[in-house]
Amino acid sequence: MLKDITLGQFFPGDSIVHKLDPRTKLILVIVYIIALFQAKGWISYALVVLVTVLCLALSHIRFKTIFKGLKPMLFIIVLTAALNIFYTAGTPVLPGWIITWEGIDRAAKMILRIVLLITGTFLLTYTTSPMALTDGLELLLDPLKKVKLPVHEMTMMMSMALRFIPTLIEETDKIMSAQKARGADFENGSLIQRAKALLPILVPLFVSAFRRADELAVAMESRCYHGGEGRTRMKQLKMAGRDAIALVLGLLFLAGMILCKRLGL
Amino acid sequence: MAEIIVENLSHVYSAGTPFEKAAIQGIDLTIPQGQFVGLLGHTGSGKSTFIQHLNALLTPSSGRVLVDGEDINQDKKTRYRVKQKVGLVFQYPEYQLFEETVFADIAFGPKNMGLSAEEIEERVREAAGFVGVDESLFQASPLELSGGQKRRIAIAGVIAMRPGVLILDEPTAGLDPRGCRQIMDNICRYQKETGATVIVVSHNMDDAARLAERIIVFDHGGIAMDGTPEEVFSRPRELIDIGLAVPQSTAIAMALREKGIDLKGAVYTHEQLLDAILRAKGVDAC
Ligand SMILES: Nc1ncnc2c1ncn2[C@@H]1O[C@H](COP(=O)(O)OP(=O)(O)OP(=O)(O)O)[C@@H](O)[C@H]1O
Ligand SMILES: [Mg+2]
Repeated sequence: MLKDITLGQFFPGDSIVHKLDPRTKLILVIVYIIALFQAKGWISYALVVLVTVLCLALSHIRFKTIFKGLKPMLFIIVLTAALNIFYTAGTPVLPGWIITWEGIDRAAKMILRIVLLITGTFLLTYTTSPMALTDGLELLLDPLKKVKLPVHEMTMMMSMALRFIPTLIEETDKIMSAQKARGADFENGSLIQRAKALLPILVPLFVSAFRRADELAVAMESRCYHGGEGRTRMKQLKMAGRDAIALVLGLLFLAGMILCKRLGL
Repeated sequence: MAEIIVENLSHVYSAGTPFEKAAIQGIDLTIPQGQFVGLLGHTGSGKSTFIQHLNALLTPSSGRVLVDGEDINQDKKTRYRVKQKVGLVFQYPEYQLFEETVFADIAFGPKNMGLSAEEIEERVREAAGFVGVDESLFQASPLELSGGQKRRIAIAGVIAMRPGVLILDEPTAGLDPRGCRQIMDNICRYQKETGATVIVVSHNMDDAARLAERIIVFDHGGIAMDGTPEEVFSRPRELIDIGLAVPQSTAIAMALREKGIDLKGAVYTHEQLLDAILRAKGVDAC
């Protein structure tokens, strides 16, 4: 089922990570990514793994969920690993082989880096509702309103897009079933035939997406929506003590990683 | 031509995830060729899930579905072929229309069956006739028509495959009373003229009582009642406990009985109600 895709899905909970302010989490993810790219040696990678596992434990997310989210990326991960194994110069594992020890080392680090990168962003989307995420983003980008960037409109569009992804997936499922019941065949045939077979899905899907957009616009206007100016929020975001602590810890982590890089670990 | 046997059918959605949900459990049923079945049940009782198993759109978590004695899930080819034998019209089918013209949309099913152009044309005309769509509409865009017309065209799209079993999921939802009646009568005519089996999911008790030979009531993913309208509607208390309504006539009969008027027999259509009241009066007069 299309519905089983967990990419970017929010799992409600009440762990300390869930309770952090979305702004804090957004900043921390950026810090995390910068820190991750400082890693060169195995010791620094071990440090990142340690921190990641710690965060996962704090947020009560099971490893199984992360693995499921990683599955769609499997192809990219395997491809990068293969390229690195075969195309790195160095000492062959066995005399005469293409595979080198350096290649294995690099491939392993590459896999680790991709997996950690994805896991880090999953940590954000799994513990933060799309609403909170876009609210946080809007507030973080608030200064850019000074240079006439339509921050509110952009984040509003983003939150609506996120809101409608599951709806559209469900709708696609339904339309697909209906066309299958009329004998449509999506699995067999040449590439062109299969591309053509998508038409009976795409047309109704677009029609209904436009209808929905129209209805949503009317519904928003009839509730007096008129852009971001003067709009207040139901849920005010407030930084708390734990946010300060989390930010300090994040910066310490980054400092540690830079130190590791300096020391060549 | 097309007998349906369902053996111990269960279906679990999103198995193995936190969102796991058992939608239907241990369903056993035999629906003989040519029967007109009304499927009732409250929201979320598993009706839609059940009917999607009858043409192999959903695969059973456990159990089997046999059509003409053949397990429809035995291989990919059978799963594909059974969709021509068992035609399924979804809830709000008008949202599946996609072709530029009404004609092309009704022809989609027959075309997928690989029929010749003449055969397709004949079937489109026949199907349009069954649902009362005028041929002057054939070149119109299906997206420009009214909701009721769209619904008919979508139903015609399935009828055009001449399925031996026609299943409709709430075909009258959201239509005005006249539109409802016409669509139900169209379906009835299809059944009479072709001898097909018809299964209609409905929330409208009066329609079910008027047209169906057999009523199956779903409750929490299982079958709560199964019998002729007479049998099912003679147990109105149970229906109400499940959270369903009873036909208007049955409700009136119940109220009259509570007032001490002794109505005889099962009452579920207007004619029966009238009859029973007249008879009760006649007995009183004697
Ligand atoms: N695609 C799906 N994924 C997960 N759960 C589902 C899915 N479809 C239905 N369900 C669940 O299965 C149960 C049965 O649903 P189903 O659609 O079969 O009910 P129904 O009797 O047709 O209801 P209605 O009268 O509202 O159409 C419901 O609890 C529903 O939430
Ligand atoms: Mg349903």
